[in-house]
Amino acid sequence: MSTAIASMNRDAGMAAAEDSPDAAVRFAGVSKRFGGVVALHEISFSIRRGEFMTLLGPSGCGKTTILNLIAGFFSPDGGEIRVDGELVNDVPTYKRQVGMMFQNYALFPHMSVAANICYGLKARHLPKSEIDRRLRDVLSLVRLVGYEERRPRELSGGQQQRVALARALVINPKVLLLDEPFSALDKNLRASMQVELREIQRKLGVTTVFVTHDQGEALSLSDRLAVISEGRIRQLGTPEETYRQPSDRFVASFVGDTNVLRARIERIDATCAIVALGAARIRVAAASLRHLAVSAAVDLFVRPEQLRLAESNEPCASNGTIVAQVYQGGHVDIYLECADSAAGRVLARLSGPQAMTPRSIGAPVGLSLNTDEAIAFEAA
Amino acid sequence: MPRSSLQRLLRFGGTLTVLAVLGFLLLPAFVVVLAAFNASALPSFPPQAWSLRWFAKAIAYQDFREGLRNGLIVTSLSSAIALAVGATFAFALDHYRFRFKSVIEGVLLSPLFVPHFTIGLGFLILAAQVGLVSTYALVIVCHVVLILPFVLRSVYVSLRNLDRRLELAAASLGAAPRRVLMTITLPLLLPGLVSGWLFAAILSFNEFTASLFVTTQHTQTLPVVMYNYVREYADPSMAALSVIYIFAVAGLLTAANVWLGLDRILNVDGNR
Repeated sequence: MSTAIASMNRDAGMAAAEDSPDAAVRFAGVSKRFGGVVALHEISFSIRRGEFMTLLGPSGCGKTTILNLIAGFFSPDGGEIRVDGELVNDVPTYKRQVGMMFQNYALFPHMSVAANICYGLKARHLPKSEIDRRLRDVLSLVRLVGYEERRPRELSGGQQQRVALARALVINPKVLLLDEPFSALDKNLRASMQVELREIQRKLGVTTVFVTHDQGEALSLSDRLAVISEGRIRQLGTPEETYRQPSDRFVASFVGDTNVLRARIERIDATCAIVALGAARIRVAAASLRHLAVSAAVDLFVRPEQLRLAESNEPCASNGTIVAQVYQGGHVDIYLECADSAAGRVLARLSGPQAMTPRSIGAPVGLSLNTDEAIAFEAA
Repeated sequence: MPRSSLQRLLRFGGTLTVLAVLGFLLLPAFVVVLAAFNASALPSFPPQAWSLRWFAKAIAYQDFREGLRNGLIVTSLSSAIALAVGATFAFALDHYRFRFKSVIEGVLLSPLFVPHFTIGLGFLILAAQVGLVSTYALVIVCHVVLILPFVLRSVYVSLRNLDRRLELAAASLGAAPRRVLMTITLPLLLPGLVSGWLFAAILSFNEFTASLFVTTQHTQTLPVVMYNYVREYADPSMAALSVIYIFAVAGLLTAANVWLGLDRILNVDGNR
């Protein structure tokens, strides 16, 4: 019976991973339970060679479980995990050649920077000259030349992170695993470390799996991202796809800021529907509105930058009252009270000339859409 | 200014109390040191003349020499065994979940609440049954039981403080389990192991109550010899012995502090 299930899983996995026979990492129907709690429900996906893949989701969604399964810290309860085509379900961590960077960096406190970085090379019994050469190369790559003899506790957060990165990269890993590596850094340092990490990753072309709950980080860094919730992959695609064409309500609200506005279907055919919101007519894909008829209520998902304040003589999509405005430098975030919003509030992100105009709190304003395309789901 | 004078009074009173408590703690040691260097056999304050004759006498006394030898044999073996057993149990308790775990924990820690004389008496009765009364083995086994909880606790605390992710990181870098143990786990546990062993050794060397039951003329440890001595004679050799002991242990702890750091020995900083 177990073989039957295994072959079933394999079929499901093959179907999902068909598009990339050259996958660096492939999950086929992988499931994992902890006690009675299901952490992963038979998930299947594959990561291309050299790709920067982000696993994005709220805490407890299973994203770190996926990372730990790739690292081999525990084995799956079902399904197959392949790294470079090799089945690794029962391969112990130390034989997998994966580089892992931990949230707290997990630097060895009793060893110098050099000893930390060379740890994996010494475990492989490489000759001394080779170890020295690789140490020199990776130190200059992460800009830590001169810090060889320091102890981890004598380094700043950013430097510790570079040591952790160097230590993971120096073993030429088949996959680089990053577990929320930026969460301990302050905002400015985080941004520069992100740029640096991505630059290094591109230069080396190392396949990278990055776990985060920060959707901004996920959008800006990834080649592709997998949005995960409750042990399932909700959507896997490029940052633009997940932002512009979210596959469901969860993805739409988790990736990027969004407003949910109540609207009605005016026309609908097999591929496309026209939704009415006040005076505005918005075209949405019909795939997410199957079984709905004309005049059915839908929730229209509108990004803050798709909204603008209407001119005085213009017919508008909705009306609201300004309750707060937050100056953000390049743009202004305006929060409005709005009866059409499911949450009662709407966020409009204004840039350009509209951002310059001063407005008073409590002023009634009309809202217009910058776009005639958006996403809608059946009203909740 | 009633308020400020009250504050001054409180500060003065507080300082006085602290000094009094410290003085009270050090008083016995002070009295003994004074008696050890006193030329007279009778306690007198302040001493009329100073002398090292009691040190000479203590060192020369045959029973003390044998007691010291016995004590060192018992202490070194019992602390080593307790370290091995305690570390193994601490490792198992920390790494694995199993049935009756809390029961085992309770049994291992039971010497903390079973009186020493009960344990001593128990071992004496047992030894009499199997004919092991006058052996080192009896004393050593008894000491192992008494000091095991301290070793166990010390190692267990440092295991808890050990970040598991360090071991995972080492494994991900290609280190096989044995290598992880030798290069990561053990070096980071070393302060805990050393402190556990150190406290166990000091406790074993000092142990009197249970030792009184399980030692004989051939196996009696230093505290038992001292007790027997004081029952027959009343001269300050005992005081001299105490001074030697205090300086020996202080020297040992200082050395440990220099090599490993006392904060780490006492598990204050948690190895991070």
